Amino acid sequence: MTRIGVVALQGDFCEHLDMLAMLGWQGVAVKQPGQLEGLDGLILPGGESTTQCLLLEASDLRIPVEAEIHAGLPVLGTCAGLIMLARTVVGGRLDQWSFGALDVSVIRNGFGRQVRSFEADLAVQGLGETMRAVFIRAPAITEVGEKVNTLASVGYRFADGSVRDVPAVVAQGSIVATSFHPEVSRDPRLHELAFRR
Amino acid sequence: MAELTEGTARVKRGLAEMLRGGVIMDVVNAEQAKIAEDAGAVAVMALERVPADIRRDGGVARMSDPALIREIQDTVTIPVMAKVRIGHFAEAQILEAMEVDYIDESEVLTPADESYHVDKWAFQVPFVCGATNLGEALRRISEGAALIRSKGEAGTGNVVEAVRHLRSITSDLRAIAAASEQELFGWAKRLAAPYDLVAEIHANGGHLPVPLFCAGGIATPADASLVMQLGAEANFVGSGIFKSGDPAKRARAIVEATTHYQDPKTLIRVSENLGEAMVGIEMDGLDQHLADRGW
Repeated sequence: MTRIGVVALQGDFCEHLDMLAMLGWQGVAVKQPGQLEGLDGLILPGGESTTQCLLLEASDLRIPVEAEIHAGLPVLGTCAGLIMLARTVVGGRLDQWSFGALDVSVIRNGFGRQVRSFEADLAVQGLGETMRAVFIRAPAITEVGEKVNTLASVGYRFADGSVRDVPAVVAQGSIVATSFHPEVSRDPRLHELAFRR
Repeated sequence: MAELTEGTARVKRGLAEMLRGGVIMDVVNAEQAKIAEDAGAVAVMALERVPADIRRDGGVARMSDPALIREIQDTVTIPVMAKVRIGHFAEAQILEAMEVDYIDESEVLTPADESYHVDKWAFQVPFVCGATNLGEALRRISEGAALIRSKGEAGTGNVVEAVRHLRSITSDLRAIAAASEQELFGWAKRLAAPYDLVAEIHANGGHLPVPLFCAGGIATPADASLVMQLGAEANFVGSGIFKSGDPAKRARAIVEATTHYQDPKTLIRVSENLGEAMVGIEMDGLDQHLADRGW
């Protein structure tokens, strides 16, 4: 049976565990290093990235999770999870670190504060029907490296009036990451994409 | 360009879901906000006086000075919440225009309206409201609240009221999950709450339609663990941090305790040598019960 871990220190890890149950997979809430054993994949959930950074270190999870990601364990990161995976994080705390395994640059809260949080229908490459995407104080991807595939983008009118297509689903090797929350709209198709390959 | 929709119930409740397992800390200036963020707070509540001081000073407690809120917004990267008086929709309009991330329609401030809470559906910014029982929680949700917190008894450093409120809410949730379809009508009547919300709770196995956090009286890591074990999904901590001997250390300890609430080893480690907790007040010694405000 497919066994997927969800880093369960802070954020919407329950919604991710629900998605795994919908797919008939076993979900493991990961709060300690020992719980990383025997996983077929790992989810970095939404939440506050600054808090998650601190808790990953305090819980002795930063180094083992980093090792698993670099060893090629399939990973899905949503929102804060995308920030944790990104090579470069702009608009974070000065001491904010990330795993740096995904060659993208992100701006935290890149679409503005909570009143600017939004939903939209997105066409995601390889998924058929559109997906309802919920962006909550979402990071905006501003740069994408050569090895990164952009699977979906969202057209967005920024406060300065400019309209740009912003990557919203990206993939590189064993990593899939989204700036929105497929788990909040309860659509497990990206989970399936990330881990069934 | 795809059509974007802002301010939906899902977007409002979604932010509360992202705060789960975290600690929201009361702060009265930018310096405290920085300490809170450094300690791992998932959000800060900007206010002019912490509840313990409001209780001590008396007088009318109102929305904070926008300049103070702005300064805190400019200092931290995490969400910034702020309080309005019960029913004071004009204060809420001001906070929405300032793009505060969450508004707390709070019994800690002096109520502005004795009949009506704010119509929270009219706003794009999400609201959190306090509740002492399930009926109150559902009335607030029916008015548009996207997050419920126990009221507890703010500014006392005494967790007993928060425990009472959480136990009351969660035991009724369990009973509704187990009730028959017929009994749901009786529940709606008894709780003085909309039938549809009662039916929704029954259908989804006894979960509140929005997240349930704890507030009011948390002062130690063990308090945080207690209320999480009783069904809270995150913690608001007010006076308990900045009225203690070593706020930075206590803040960090309560953050770790909220995450690892089921792990006694972590609770021991973070509870050691924390310095003085806030002194606290016994319920019998209170002149005024803030939890009685609102209905």
